Amino acid sequence: MRLELKGITKRFGSLVANDSVNLVAEPGQIHCLLGENGAGKSTLMNVLYGLYQADAGEILIDGRVVKFSGPGDAMAAGIGMVHQHFMLIPVFTVAENVILGHEPTKALGFLNMDEARKRVREISDRFGFDVDPDAIVGELPVGVQQRVEIIKALIGDAQVLVFDEPTAVLTPQETDELMAIMKQLRDAGKAIVFITHKLREVKEVADKITVIRLGKVVGEAKPTSTQAELASMMVGRAVDLDVNKTPAKPADVKFSVKNLEVFNHLGQKVVDDVSFDIHAGEILVFAGVQGNGQTELTEAILGLHTRVHGSIVLDGHELIGQSVKHRLDWGLGFVPEDRTLDGLVADFSIAENLMLDRSDRKPFAKGLLLQLKYLAEFAAEKVKQFDIRTQGINQRAGALSGGNQQKVVLARELSRELRILVASQPTRGLDVGSIEFVHEQIVATRDQGLPVMIVATELDEATQLGDRIAVMYRGKIVGIVPADTERARLGQMMAGVVA
Amino acid sequence: MKLSKRPFVTVAVVALLTLLLAAVAPHDITTINVSSDTDFFHIADFPVSVTIVVWTCAALNILLAAGAGSFLFLARRKVPGAITGVAFFAMALSALVYLYHGNNMTITSLLQGSLALSVPLIFGSMAGVLSERVGVVNIAIEGQLLFGAFASAMIASMTHSLWAGLFGSLVAGALVAWILAVFSIKYRVDQIIVGVVVNMLVVGLTNFLFGTLMGDNPVLFNQPPRFDKFSLPLLGQIPVIGPVLFNQTPIVYLMYLALVVVFVALFKTRWGLRVRAVGEYPKAADTVGINVYRTRYVSVVLGGALAGLGGAFFTLGQVGSFGQGITHGAGYIALAALIFGRWNPLLAACAALLFGFAQNLQYGLAIIGSPLPSEFLLMLPYVLTVIAVAGLVGKVTGPAASGKPYVKE
Repeated sequence: MRLELKGITKRFGSLVANDSVNLVAEPGQIHCLLGENGAGKSTLMNVLYGLYQADAGEILIDGRVVKFSGPGDAMAAGIGMVHQHFMLIPVFTVAENVILGHEPTKALGFLNMDEARKRVREISDRFGFDVDPDAIVGELPVGVQQRVEIIKALIGDAQVLVFDEPTAVLTPQETDELMAIMKQLRDAGKAIVFITHKLREVKEVADKITVIRLGKVVGEAKPTSTQAELASMMVGRAVDLDVNKTPAKPADVKFSVKNLEVFNHLGQKVVDDVSFDIHAGEILVFAGVQGNGQTELTEAILGLHTRVHGSIVLDGHELIGQSVKHRLDWGLGFVPEDRTLDGLVADFSIAENLMLDRSDRKPFAKGLLLQLKYLAEFAAEKVKQFDIRTQGINQRAGALSGGNQQKVVLARELSRELRILVASQPTRGLDVGSIEFVHEQIVATRDQGLPVMIVATELDEATQLGDRIAVMYRGKIVGIVPADTERARLGQMMAGVVA
Repeated sequence: MKLSKRPFVTVAVVALLTLLLAAVAPHDITTINVSSDTDFFHIADFPVSVTIVVWTCAALNILLAAGAGSFLFLARRKVPGAITGVAFFAMALSALVYLYHGNNMTITSLLQGSLALSVPLIFGSMAGVLSERVGVVNIAIEGQLLFGAFASAMIASMTHSLWAGLFGSLVAGALVAWILAVFSIKYRVDQIIVGVVVNMLVVGLTNFLFGTLMGDNPVLFNQPPRFDKFSLPLLGQIPVIGPVLFNQTPIVYLMYLALVVVFVALFKTRWGLRVRAVGEYPKAADTVGINVYRTRYVSVVLGGALAGLGGAFFTLGQVGSFGQGITHGAGYIALAALIFGRWNPLLAACAALLFGFAQNLQYGLAIIGSPLPSEFLLMLPYVLTVIAVAGLVGKVTGPAASGKPYVKE
């Protein structure tokens, strides 16, 4: 089945998310749709899947124009979607999830679960997925959940399969397995559309590459193109994919965590006996698949968790038992994982956000009154220094782009006297330009002789930014290794293998 | 995996309470009566010694607590639910025998009364299950019951037809649920607030109509006929169970049917799978082509219709006329039963029976002149609810998307 998107345009208010985009998916081909976050890839696929209605353009299947008013129509036409955020119901079994929407039934609408299990087994066996139809989906590892999502797409005999950023939640091993599955599906004659912003993956599987930027197709690339070429097409200018930094000159140990245990609100141990040191002038990156305790580790360092045992010593001062305010005052710089939720108050202005942590003291406050004049000067200076693209210091922080929001957070944290910088996924969801900027700032902080702790979920970022890498798995540190450790080895560690 | 200590603690507390009961129980005799005239065979009344019963139960519960402890600490296994269940039963039995000391305890009438009080709760909890399973919190069960009660009385009175009244209650309950549905699904108003507002609206409306319409012309508007009880052949003659379960009004038989249908529909049919999917993760349901809004409307309104029937039980099944606030909070207890029953219609019905039993006990004890103040007993269902929800249900969570409006992009 040949799928063609012709001149698709989709607007949200004044924003043109897709501007007459053309795309062809042929059977037996993996077609990569490459673009940065916010380039309009997901919008395009939602149009294809009937979740959005296009303002202009048409969808053709084998040369015939089709109209999808909902996902049901798209599925019936043979289009299957593997969603970035799995569309699976955690409390249902695999079989129940897979048949949802087109359930095999007996008389009177009674479910035919035997038939459902049979169908799941058939597909699972055909592609070697090894999925138990009666397993509860929420109890399965993420990689297996994704296979359930793939089975779900295949069950309606889909001929075109769309993978929307499928590797975001996977370990490197699981990613490799997914790539193999995609190739297998291609060889079985399916047309595959693979949406991603990860160049390595594109290089590995693509038969054809379409690059999309700011809602427009900027061109096609050959699978033989280099990563640098692909990146510059994606961003629209030459970009330096490597982090520019000199070798670290680690000095004394400034930050030391010993036997740290953190329990979450359900009483589960989410950080398990973690110990590590960070030297002054060194970046320690915590790698690992999301959800293995990295977030809780950084939150415990800031003091957001109540059930914490162990010791956290920053520059000779024990932080456990201290308030968040005390820790910040002692020189802990903190960039949270979710900047819109935890890093900023979206409805406050940029200026207000820049002094959130110091609004109670000089020079921002005198007695009960805020020093608005000083604040304005301070904010204007920071906006300039950190190149925050804004209409003014009184603009709502929530109205900024992701990259500029992150700059506000960084500007606030780095404008204090710091003894350490802790940043959790500081480049998540940012465009390449902003990523470069954030990396520069982090490296500059290190070069000032501070210890830096970063949580990264992307292995490339970890190896490039870090001087040493600590890999976490299920709340424990699997090992702390030099940044030039082989990728394969790191991947194994991320899956919990202590080499 | 970490084992929960909760069941052990629950059983231990129950054992202590039972022991306390045994310590204060007097040396006396309670006569237990289990037979009624229609049974196949007659079981003679039998007297039991209060002392023996309470101490046996206390001993049993201490053993059970020890058993639960060894499961948890020695075998490192989950404490079986049966242990908790038996412990509660033993405590209830000893409490009953103690409270009825020196009197006749007529099991059938005790249970009949319990069932009568449970019927609206069971209907209400089914409404709650259908609504919450699809993702809409139904605080408005009370309103659905009340409006069902009102409409059935008025329509049956005007038409002199019980079945027309019953149909009216169905429509009335559905109507109230529809209001809830429109505001929570279409206008995405906070569902708890809508529910409360709807309840108050129904209270006000029925009070007004009761005062004006029914007050001015009670013969026309508020003198409905009443359903007679009839005994099902054979089933009705089983000792204890027969007179309790199978000598009832058609509304109760309808309830049995509805329970089975709701349970089967929810867990065995395509419709039920979709309802539960929408209540858990509406977007996932949407992406496979299920109409989230329609599924929600249908399930909520169906639930409301069932609650309406529960309301008719007050008027057409029991009292024979409508009175202000006749449902006196049954809708809220139904809500508790629903949570206690883990959003499962059958378990919720069991919980409703338990609450009905606790409520009924107070009447029974008032008649024999129990030393316990009736105000205390009045609290019993609510105390039970709190204990049950906190101790037994524990971390069981409801449908993930319950209470969250779905916004289609």
